[in-house]
Amino acid sequence: MNRTYELMFVVRPDMAEEDQDKLISTLETAVTSTGGALKSVERMGKRRLAYMVRRFQEGIYILMIVEGGGGLMQELERRLRVSEPVIKFLTVRVDEEQKRLDKIKQIRESRKKAAPAPAAPAEAASGENAPATA
Amino acid sequence: MADETRPTSSESSGGDRPDRGERRPPRPGGPGGPGGREGGRKYFRRKKVCKFCVEKIESINYKDYRLLGQFVAESGKIVPRRLTGVCMPHQRRLSLAIKQARNIALLPFAGRAS
Repeated sequence: MNRTYELMFVVRPDMAEEDQDKLISTLETAVTSTGGALKSVERMGKRRLAYMVRRFQEGIYILMIVEGGGGLMQELERRLRVSEPVIKFLTVRVDEEQKRLDKIKQIRESRKKAAPAPAAPAEAASGENAPATA
Repeated sequence: MADETRPTSSESSGGDRPDRGERRPPRPGGPGGPGGREGGRKYFRRKKVCKFCVEKIESINYKDYRLLGQFVAESGKIVPRRLTGVCMPHQRRLSLAIKQARNIALLPFAGRAS
């Protein structure tokens, strides 16, 4: 039951750096206490929003990649909903998509390997033939 | 409407369809596509190809809003694939990604991003 989720959320633009750290660490403890794992945290910085959200035109985007079950994500979403500075959030499950991408990559690499492999023995064979005839 | 065909401008050439596994040689009967009918319009219309197939873009993610923005009209609508030439499997992923990006305010629901 280990799934990977991307949790992206937007906090209000006037939020201090320390407060962001505090928010992230509380989320992190919530993740680790339920047996999940926080894989990465990325601050994407301040960005202009495409539309007004709670009368804000800008927001600070933060992306977390979390491993865990569905119950954990419900808990995280509940926390984001009640925390006042968070103005928007989105969770996306990514593990199945990642599996698909890995599969495509694997197929592509095996094709790449298959292409030059038959060419090499053919050259070797012709190299052996040449001295025999001479 | 002319600006909505913008995403198709990146393709190089094509009678063949790159979304199939093997490459077919260009058909001798002239260009395919909607404009190639006999006795129809006089001008040549290039065959539209799927950008994701041609450039081998595997992941259509809600995070790269720049890529998604090419498939969103000025009004904020998702451009239909008859105008962009995107193949059906990719259009499905594309529309999902655009909707996710809208939800997190990376793309507008309506109108230009303010």
